[in-house]
Amino acid sequence: MIRDLVFVALALLAVVPAIWVVFSRNIVHAGFALLFTLLGVAGLYAFLGADFLAVTQLMVYVGGVLVLVLFTVMMTHVPAAGRRRHGLDRLVPPAVFAAAVFGVLYKVITSVEWKAVATPSKATTAEIGTHLMTTYIFPFEYVSIVLLGAMIGAAILIRERRATDDDEENREAQA
Amino acid sequence: MNIGLPHFLTVSAALFALGLFAVMSRRNSVAILMGVELMLNAANVNFVAFSRYVQNGIDGQILAAFVIVLAAAEAAVALAIVLALYRNYGTVNADTAQSLKR
Repeated sequence: MIRDLVFVALALLAVVPAIWVVFSRNIVHAGFALLFTLLGVAGLYAFLGADFLAVTQLMVYVGGVLVLVLFTVMMTHVPAAGRRRHGLDRLVPPAVFAAAVFGVLYKVITSVEWKAVATPSKATTAEIGTHLMTTYIFPFEYVSIVLLGAMIGAAILIRERRATDDDEENREAQA
Repeated sequence: MNIGLPHFLTVSAALFALGLFAVMSRRNSVAILMGVELMLNAANVNFVAFSRYVQNGIDGQILAAFVIVLAAAEAAVALAIVLALYRNYGTVNADTAQSLKR
């Protein structure tokens, strides 16, 4: 009984702020609503016995990605006058498509006989570590390279371009 | 009510549909990115739920950890692109970034 209540609370914590993320006209509010959605998803992980993933979700998403998103929101402030209201023609097709996707997924979920039994939950950190260093060693190294590449790429993308000024000066000097 | 796999899958489907709607309807690039994050989280919930309801399954959790890493990398690059967009166009509206069309 308490289990059910906890699940419902976590599911609502994940889904209700997500609705706010999608429909809020204030992007800062959307960012803070995303915080609660991510917390709810972390709670669902914990509920499923994935303790390591729940903590990873908190550290990477809430501590990292969300801070990045909020920084970007605040650095790229769009004045209220520049915002336009969504036209209905722009909202209806996505709404219909998203509702259709949810309908199909829900139909599949409810019609399939899931032969699933909950396994007893145990601490997963040690097992995940072992698997990462044995079975999944190649993907593990691969994502580390991807992450490094993404970091370097992001740093290069947002760098101030002083080189172009030099180029112009060179051109002027030549002319 | 007995909480089982379908309940988690339903929550995940709802998150995915909301993320899809955000990606398709929003104009602000950062809001589109939030929609992508919602969809990735929905996929992750599915991975972890299936991993829980399979005998001795931990592979789903490891896959979900990889998804979290790639989502972080994606967010870093995407937000750098948004900042570059803002610097060049003075807006983060995804509709204005269409110089390649002309």
